[in-house]
Amino acid sequence: MTSLRATPLTLRHRALGARLVPFAGYEMPIQYSGIVAEHQAVRERAGLFDVSHMGELRVTGGAALSEVNHLITNDLTRAADGQALYTCCLREDGGILDDLIVYRTAEDDVLIVCNASNYEKILAHVSQHVKRATLSDETEATALIALQGPRALQILSDAGLGVDPSSIRPFRFQRAELAGAQATVARTGYTGEDGVELFCAAADAPRLWDALMAAGAPHGLLPCGLGARDTLRLEARLSLYGNELSEETHPLEAGLGWTVKLDKPDFIGKAALVALGGAEPQRSLIGFECTSRGIARGGYPVMQDGAQVGIVTSGGPAPTLGKNIGLAYVPPALSAIGSALSIDARGRLVDAVVVKTPFYKRPAPRAPTSKPS
Amino acid sequence: MSTAEVKQDRKYTKDHEWLKADGKIGITAFAVEQLGDITLVDVTVKPGDSLEAGAVFGTVESVKTLSDLFSPVSGTVTAVNAALEDKPELINEDCWEAGWVIQVESVSGGELLEASAYEAQLGDG
Repeated sequence: MTSLRATPLTLRHRALGARLVPFAGYEMPIQYSGIVAEHQAVRERAGLFDVSHMGELRVTGGAALSEVNHLITNDLTRAADGQALYTCCLREDGGILDDLIVYRTAEDDVLIVCNASNYEKILAHVSQHVKRATLSDETEATALIALQGPRALQILSDAGLGVDPSSIRPFRFQRAELAGAQATVARTGYTGEDGVELFCAAADAPRLWDALMAAGAPHGLLPCGLGARDTLRLEARLSLYGNELSEETHPLEAGLGWTVKLDKPDFIGKAALVALGGAEPQRSLIGFECTSRGIARGGYPVMQDGAQVGIVTSGGPAPTLGKNIGLAYVPPALSAIGSALSIDARGRLVDAVVVKTPFYKRPAPRAPTSKPS
Repeated sequence: MSTAEVKQDRKYTKDHEWLKADGKIGITAFAVEQLGDITLVDVTVKPGDSLEAGAVFGTVESVKTLSDLFSPVSGTVTAVNAALEDKPELINEDCWEAGWVIQVESVSGGELLEASAYEAQLGDG
């Protein structure tokens, strides 16, 4: 058994009374004050997450862009410098190796951020295929802090971020100074709320964390763990690798067809996806809501006439909605909105209905009003 | 190591259920701490049912996970805490009194721990 890795913020988590659990080889906070309280803080105010366990692989050199583009389904040539893309990274047979965010700093500088659970696999994959550019593994040297929620940008301003955070558009990023340190501020997240993710040098992470905690306190910011991160992402219908996504899943059935650009130059897995020929997937990922008492959790079978026809990939209580929700792979006949599902919850059937996703969509920002209301 | 409270006025199982002298059964503060926010209590027995020590009599589900409820003793179910149906979070608020789950009578058997032994088990964990 190998020992667990700490993040640059593990001591902060201990001091805050977090419950730490092993996750992808790291000792990570699962919760501080409680999953529901943390979840609500992010929906109503703001939450601060340490996600330094994510992998950061930087590819540099003249061919960086084309080398990375060959490994992903989305098209980096269509992104501007300073823009991030969500994408899949596939095996030759179209199975999903990981879902990534790639950050195009420049044509010769691309940062790949991968899931902690896939870090070693993706590191090996990128090492194997990137031959005409330089790969640097920055995982250990980098901390990643997510600040999410409707107050996130205000907190960043209050903390003295060197740029106006609202000038960074969604899925854009830029370097900025915060608390005397340099950070890359990306308008991205995994919660369904507005917010940012901040990359910084590992040594600077405690200082940034403290500055954001202090600036956030008057706004009701809470430190949040992986538990709330999971309930938040589920409500926003964001996929989790290992649940919705796996090497046995291709992006089209996972509802990630929008990340696949078949008209771009060749990429690993393209031939397999083209061979599917636009045929209707055998199964598709749907969102459901439980309509009878019970909670459908990941791994529970979806049943029809006594036989298993699908599987729940993620499921549980949705704190914002006050309902029990989930995602499941089901055959096309059961995938339409309104279809009734029956889920085997450890021997007891729970009724569910297919609903539109995302389950939760954040309210549109209110336009400034010209007259008092 | 847990700092969860242990009450001296009742007995325990190694699976973190408690049994009071009046036959009420519930889960301990340590169990609640592990589960987090409880969102569903599903009791699968009703008054009149007989229960074997160690048998599953329901499930407690939290946001993150679920846990079976094991009967600490054999006996006959006399009551089920109906308040938990609409307010499962009662267990988070007060697992020792208001958050009791079932009540049994004519109890026998079971591998019960004294409060001190249960506390020692938590200390070892």
